[in-house]
Amino acid sequence: MAQVTLRKIVKEYEGGVQAVKGIDLDIADHEFVVLVGPSGCGKSTTLRMIAGLEEISSGDISIGGNLVNDVPPRDRDIAMVFQNYALYPHMSVFDNMAFGLTLRKFPKDEIRRRVDNAARILDITPLLDRKPKALSGGQRQRVAMGRAIVRDLKVFLFHEPLSNLDAKLRVQVRTEIKKVHQTVKTTTIYVTHDQVEAMTLADRVVVMNHGIIEQVGPPQELYHHPATRFVAGFIGSPAMNFLPARVEDGAVHLHGGAVLPIPPNRRERYAPAVGRDLLFGIRPEHLTDQRLGLTNRADILITPEVIEPMGMETLVHFHLGEARDCCARIEPTVQAAPGVPLMLTVDMNNMHLLDAATGRVL
Amino acid sequence: MSTSFVPAVRRQGSLHAERRWALIVAYVSLVLASIVMLAPPFYMLLTSLKGSAEIADLSGNPWLLRNPTLENYAAIIGSSMFRGFFWNSIKVTVMVVAITMVVSVLAAFALARMKFWGSEFLATGIFLTYLVPDTLLFLPLYQIVGGLGLLDSTWGLVLVYPTLTVPFCTWIMIGYFASIPKELDEAALIDGANWAQMLWKIFIPVALPGIIAATIFAFTVSWAAFVYPTAFITRPDEMPLTIGVVSQLIRGDTFAWGQIMAGALLAALPPVVVYAFLMDYYIAGLTAGATKG
Repeated sequence: MAQVTLRKIVKEYEGGVQAVKGIDLDIADHEFVVLVGPSGCGKSTTLRMIAGLEEISSGDISIGGNLVNDVPPRDRDIAMVFQNYALYPHMSVFDNMAFGLTLRKFPKDEIRRRVDNAARILDITPLLDRKPKALSGGQRQRVAMGRAIVRDLKVFLFHEPLSNLDAKLRVQVRTEIKKVHQTVKTTTIYVTHDQVEAMTLADRVVVMNHGIIEQVGPPQELYHHPATRFVAGFIGSPAMNFLPARVEDGAVHLHGGAVLPIPPNRRERYAPAVGRDLLFGIRPEHLTDQRLGLTNRADILITPEVIEPMGMETLVHFHLGEARDCCARIEPTVQAAPGVPLMLTVDMNNMHLLDAATGRVL
Repeated sequence: MSTSFVPAVRRQGSLHAERRWALIVAYVSLVLASIVMLAPPFYMLLTSLKGSAEIADLSGNPWLLRNPTLENYAAIIGSSMFRGFFWNSIKVTVMVVAITMVVSVLAAFALARMKFWGSEFLATGIFLTYLVPDTLLFLPLYQIVGGLGLLDSTWGLVLVYPTLTVPFCTWIMIGYFASIPKELDEAALIDGANWAQMLWKIFIPVALPGIIAATIFAFTVSWAAFVYPTAFITRPDEMPLTIGVVSQLIRGDTFAWGQIMAGALLAALPPVVVYAFLMDYYIAGLTAGATKG
């Protein structure tokens, strides 16, 4: 069993700066959890505390049911894959992967068996005699994963492993990481600032901001039911549009004049918000030219500022009242041009209302 | 089209001319510097190949060699005393290099990686000690070496030379170790290495160019040291090459110039060989120290 438990974890640096502010998290055995958030949100510090590379200021960390607060990294039964690979440059790929086993005095034939097995999983068998400098970025990252796999540990930690790869390779290695997890099923904690990586890899995503956990949940739940403005804005690309609004007479009144009727099944939910300063949240794909099949919709007229054809869709950027840089996704066949008014439809079944003061989704 | 094309050609031409002038200035400077640097050893070589009579004859051009002879080399190599100087230099240098590298690698590893209270202050302090010249230190060191009963002994030199070599070598190694990514130690820690294994299996192999640079420096300082042996050694059988050649080949006001020059050139041979083979490592090591230290 390799569940990981964090209880009231705090990391405070000299001068009283708190990087992590008392977080609680339960990660189940075999689970793939991604910590995601912007720079400085505390995700890397959290991972390093789990690894034992950073001391915790207070709280408890347990791995496999054992408290590891004072256990050195080598005894935590973990492996870590670093952003810059951290391969030993003077050793061959084989020796890099075997290093941890050699230090633990494993028999030579057992080391050979494990390295060969990991190399087969990662498809790097022909590279075993090469030095890291003779490998491409993607191959290096696979060797770094191999170093983790051979040790047959309780937990894999990944620290932004794809950040140094180009866009195409990133997608390829991302898929490989998912395949490896499906094969070895080791509990995995993965840190990234890229929400696409988080969404595609995770069983559950942990969104962090300013040292706290904003929301934990499966990717789809975070996407469709964000708890806060931060999560709503961070997950999804392009980001969700936020428009200042008020609720009156069963409709959302956007600052700037547009009135959007609230679906009947949500009116009761939003009743307490009447008269308060709110934000109307709508994702670009729910602000579109498609009208067919929408049961609750409202039309708004916008003037496009920038058109971005993406091939399978077209992004239209515009501003609406006080809200700058709003974005809509339309069919690539629609003829849109900057400065030419365009009628868009808001899919009100996928609307969000947020409290402007607290940022909580209502 | 044509108006934008013409200035481009002019610009390229002016760059070409600038580069040509830069090359001319560089070549002239390098040739002048080479002449200034190489004239003394060349004059030594000429003198070492001359007989005593030719050296004493002031009528001819001293830069010309009329009757080349190897008699000075034969006399030096055949002299058991010179071989003794050579052996003393080798003995002292090997031990000093070994002591220096053990101390400076351990010190640099601790100062660069095992952050502890006062480590930065210590690192700066170590470098500052290098700035104190040996001409200031030899008097107090004389008292210490004398107090230990090591005057007139090569062991006294083995004791004091590291005061010159350890600070600089530690400084080079701090710079080199600091240039190794932190993730490498963290990966080693997670892989199960302790500090000693991390140093031995990761840091020393990765920092080999820096270690070679530091070794060359320690070797050069130890091999060429003059002030300390002059102050601490008076017995010919304990003298290293640097003072042995000078003190034993100058009798009163009689200078055996030919043999002095032959001895000096032979003494210079080991450093030349070392530099010739390891120059690339030396430059790489010093550069890392300079940029990251």
